[in-house]
Amino acid sequence: MTAQYHFAAALLQPDRAVPRGLVNPDGAPATKRFDVYRNNVAVSLSEALETAFPVTRRLVGDEFFRAMAGLFLRAHPPRSPLMMVYGAELPGFIDGFAPAASLPYLSDIARLEQALRDSYHAADAPRFDPGSLSALSPGQLETLHLSAAPATRLVRSAHPILGIWSANSGGAAPMSGPQSVLITRPGFDPAPHLLTEAQADIAAALFAGATLAEAADDDATLTATLGMLFSTGALTQRTTP
Amino acid sequence: MFDTDPSRLPARPGVGYKPRHYADILADPGAVGWLEVHAENYMGDGGRPLAQLRALADHFPISVHGVGLSIGGEGPLDSDHLARLQRLCDWLNPASFSEHLAWSSHGDAFLNDLLPLPYTKGTLTRVADHIDQVQDALGRRMLLENPSSYLAFADSTWSETDFLAELTRRTGCGLLLDVNNVFVSATNLGLSPQAYIDAFPVHAVGEIHLGGHDEDADETGAPLLIDSHGRAVADPVWTLLDRTLARTGPMPILIEWDNDVPDWPVLAAEAARARAALHRIPA
Repeated sequence: MTAQYHFAAALLQPDRAVPRGLVNPDGAPATKRFDVYRNNVAVSLSEALETAFPVTRRLVGDEFFRAMAGLFLRAHPPRSPLMMVYGAELPGFIDGFAPAASLPYLSDIARLEQALRDSYHAADAPRFDPGSLSALSPGQLETLHLSAAPATRLVRSAHPILGIWSANSGGAAPMSGPQSVLITRPGFDPAPHLLTEAQADIAAALFAGATLAEAADDDATLTATLGMLFSTGALTQRTTP
Repeated sequence: MFDTDPSRLPARPGVGYKPRHYADILADPGAVGWLEVHAENYMGDGGRPLAQLRALADHFPISVHGVGLSIGGEGPLDSDHLARLQRLCDWLNPASFSEHLAWSSHGDAFLNDLLPLPYTKGTLTRVADHIDQVQDALGRRMLLENPSSYLAFADSTWSETDFLAELTRRTGCGLLLDVNNVFVSATNLGLSPQAYIDAFPVHAVGEIHLGGHDEDADETGAPLLIDSHGRAVADPVWTLLDRTLARTGPMPILIEWDNDVPDWPVLAAEAARARAALHRIPA
């Protein structure tokens, strides 16, 4: 194994011996000096997670979050130099993290925060113009495919995740039942919107490529859902037919 | 718009750009002559980061400073990451691109720190090859930054200054001289920071960095300085800057403040101190 293999392994495993050949100015083996690098790695990754998942952190407290982050970052070190994507596996990690089992909604809160971060960095795209629909015949409308904007996300949960998230980030939303959250980014700031379960079913189908006719058999719900998607900027103009 | 050529960094103070200072910088454009951004923070697909960077680039020369390429890594460069850098540089056409004499990836893990390497014949060849590859991909000359060190390698056979000089000779790359890193490394390794500056291949320097460090001690009580970028530049580093500028002549000087980021006036005052140092350069 190579020198950097041993260095990297010792960085992530605090109980592993400091690699040979690393020395203090007097030639003695470096120990506390190696710990500077260990500390830089663990603290910087933990801080990246704290930045990305502020409500998840608030729900469990700083001490719990840091302990969980310490375990997570050793099990899932980054695969990319882009800290803006680090932590995508945290929601799944929380699902299997026994100490968090008393907060069954925690992983979905992390999914919501992950989706908000994804949305923030997604590509800009022209907003869909609902006026363009007036030129279509009823037949064309039925077979129409709509496109979610690159920054649009849909997060569905068995828990009232928007209520919990809002209460912990200075807002307010209903605090009961399963909740489906549509995230859109009309400008630069992602915004969450609560959908009914029926609306979320339709939105999910449309985002997956269904036509209007395939996505809904109830016109009233379809109309309400489309109104929501139009007004929140969830859709973009299709560039290809 | 510009009072300097946007295609090169002026010999004026610049700062590491933080989004929280966006409005302050545009309201106080005379405080700095250019801005530096970390490449990896601008590799998303869109949104506010790229829009702000584009707007800033209309007013200031921009230096793109990579922190994730792992030029000192044992393995091949990450071709996806190199392609992202290429895309960013093509889009922005920055005044400068720089990276570090360090490694940060091993296998498929990214360790998010600038890690040290021994200075040997083998590492010299490898780093030179990586620099060639970067300069070929980006179609531009890059600057390579001297690291801050907390420990030494028993295997090293080259001094850092000789190693850097040989890299510039082999690859034609320029150097980014971080004067705080010199002070931190020299203190930590029991060397003379003044002798380091005196031995540095100054003909290749294209930019200077300054940042704050924290003071600690190792298990023997020897001083251990940490390159934290979380406070004002220390007085002995300002003194070392004067010695540096006497050798390099006027240079673009960057103030780096990445943690516990202060309000704009504090950062602008550090930039003003760098401007004063530029004005003090002996004729």
